[in-house]
Amino acid sequence: MTSQGVWTPEVVADLLLTAESSRTPVGSVTGRWPDFDLAAAYRTQDVGMKRRTARGERVVGVKLGLTSPAKQRQMQVDTPSVAWLTDAMELPPATVVPRSRLIHPRAEPEIVFVLGEELAGPGVTAARAMHAVSAVLGGIEIIDSRYSGFRFTLPDVIADNNSSSRYVTGSVQVNPDGFDLALEGCLLEVDGQVVDSATGAAVLGNPAHALAFAANQLAERGHALQPGWVVLTGGLTEAVPLAPGSHIAAHFSHLGSVVIKAD
Amino acid sequence: MPTGLAGQHDSRTAVLNAEAAERLLAAYAGGEPAEPVIERHPAADVSDAYAIQRAQVVRWIAAGDQVAGYKVGLTSRAMQLQSNVDQPDYGHLMRSMFAPEHVPIPATMFIQPRVEPEVAFVLSRPLRGPGVTIADAVCAIDCLLPALEIIDSRIRDWRITIVDTIADNASSGAVVLGGRPVSPRAIDLRLAGCVLYRNGEIAATGVGGAVLGSPLNSLTWLANTLGPLGVTLEAGHVVLTGSMTRATPVAPGDRVSASFAGLGSVSVQFAPEQQEAAR
Repeated sequence: MTSQGVWTPEVVADLLLTAESSRTPVGSVTGRWPDFDLAAAYRTQDVGMKRRTARGERVVGVKLGLTSPAKQRQMQVDTPSVAWLTDAMELPPATVVPRSRLIHPRAEPEIVFVLGEELAGPGVTAARAMHAVSAVLGGIEIIDSRYSGFRFTLPDVIADNNSSSRYVTGSVQVNPDGFDLALEGCLLEVDGQVVDSATGAAVLGNPAHALAFAANQLAERGHALQPGWVVLTGGLTEAVPLAPGSHIAAHFSHLGSVVIKAD
Repeated sequence: MPTGLAGQHDSRTAVLNAEAAERLLAAYAGGEPAEPVIERHPAADVSDAYAIQRAQVVRWIAAGDQVAGYKVGLTSRAMQLQSNVDQPDYGHLMRSMFAPEHVPIPATMFIQPRVEPEVAFVLSRPLRGPGVTIADAVCAIDCLLPALEIIDSRIRDWRITIVDTIADNASSGAVVLGGRPVSPRAIDLRLAGCVLYRNGEIAATGVGGAVLGSPLNSLTWLANTLGPLGVTLEAGHVVLTGSMTRATPVAPGDRVSASFAGLGSVSVQFAPEQQEAAR
């Protein structure tokens, strides 16, 4: 670290983007600048998104984090967080995850929505949110904190775009009408062995609530969810480390199977 | 080892097994937990543990109870890792352990109860290993029922090794079965989701595959484990296949329910404290 200096959203965003591109994790931002708060963190996240689009990436959706009671307790918060996804983060199905370009990736299975229409808060309910969903898919998100040892506070992780790194979606698209998201099951296997399981209820009781939360929170930040965007609704299980050469499979009740391999 | 010494060893073990069974029976009767079996019987192995379990079942039968089925435990990878085993275990379900749905259960019936959501199989015909396949198992199932197992430990603070839990009837407590039977042909148990609620809040979620890859594997394991011991699973027996999620601890007044995709739901209400005091 150079100087204690003053932080700006631009300084912090660049520090984290450099950590990502150089595969060199950094220490906590709040450790260095204790006055770096939540508002600063979201401003930093938005600057990071502008940096990504300036270098040619396109925003393709959002992801939610901190959607499980366990993670919320761990971070001492009672609301989820929302971060940006760009086309550079999407990997093709049955893909090899370029682990060698990442720092310390972990994988988590998620229920994914594709929006058929714009969804703008405030005041979006779960029912209204589902009306905007054109398809439900299974997915695996690769998270990769830019902080050493995944050690961060809430403003740290939000500034770091919620540890977003890569994501894969499944090939089965299900119509959300009449589909019980709370009971949609997911069995997580690492190298052929069952390691965890969960249902959609693990995400705020129902992933529809996660979508509504995202629309309302983005409205506060001056954004709306756009038609065609994907929304990763939050980890169904704990994230599992993506070890070199490992295979990870998420088998869903109705959303097919999503499989990735680490290089 | 000379046969005389071996015989002495066997009789010493038999005495220690019998004493362990007595201590566990006393824990049921007095509501005071026992110390871990292995503290006074450090050489006890898994077969001693099952002998201790059977000694208690024999006493329950002598008192008029009957075996109504079995439970399979330690079926999740997390539980097996925690217990440092690579096999499930089983316990006996006695008729007196079945509690009706929609009738409050006094939590004081238990020492330190926890609840687990499971799929129960009701058998339509006998099943006896070894050599029972998944196909045999499916054909022997009359119906599936959603179930809540109330697990409990007669060992203080759940300080259990594999030997302790097996000796303690695989930490069985009581069983509540839901009322809507479903055909095994109608459901993909491996990917069927389950949500466990405690007092209206989500306590845990999971799918059938968390149970040995599929709850059907619990039934074949049980039949193939009991067969060589001369035990047959009978028509009408209930088999609890193992928890789809981690267990949730419960207290007086709690309501616990589980919803299963394709199987409906089942719930249990524990009586509030004052109602228990009035008993």
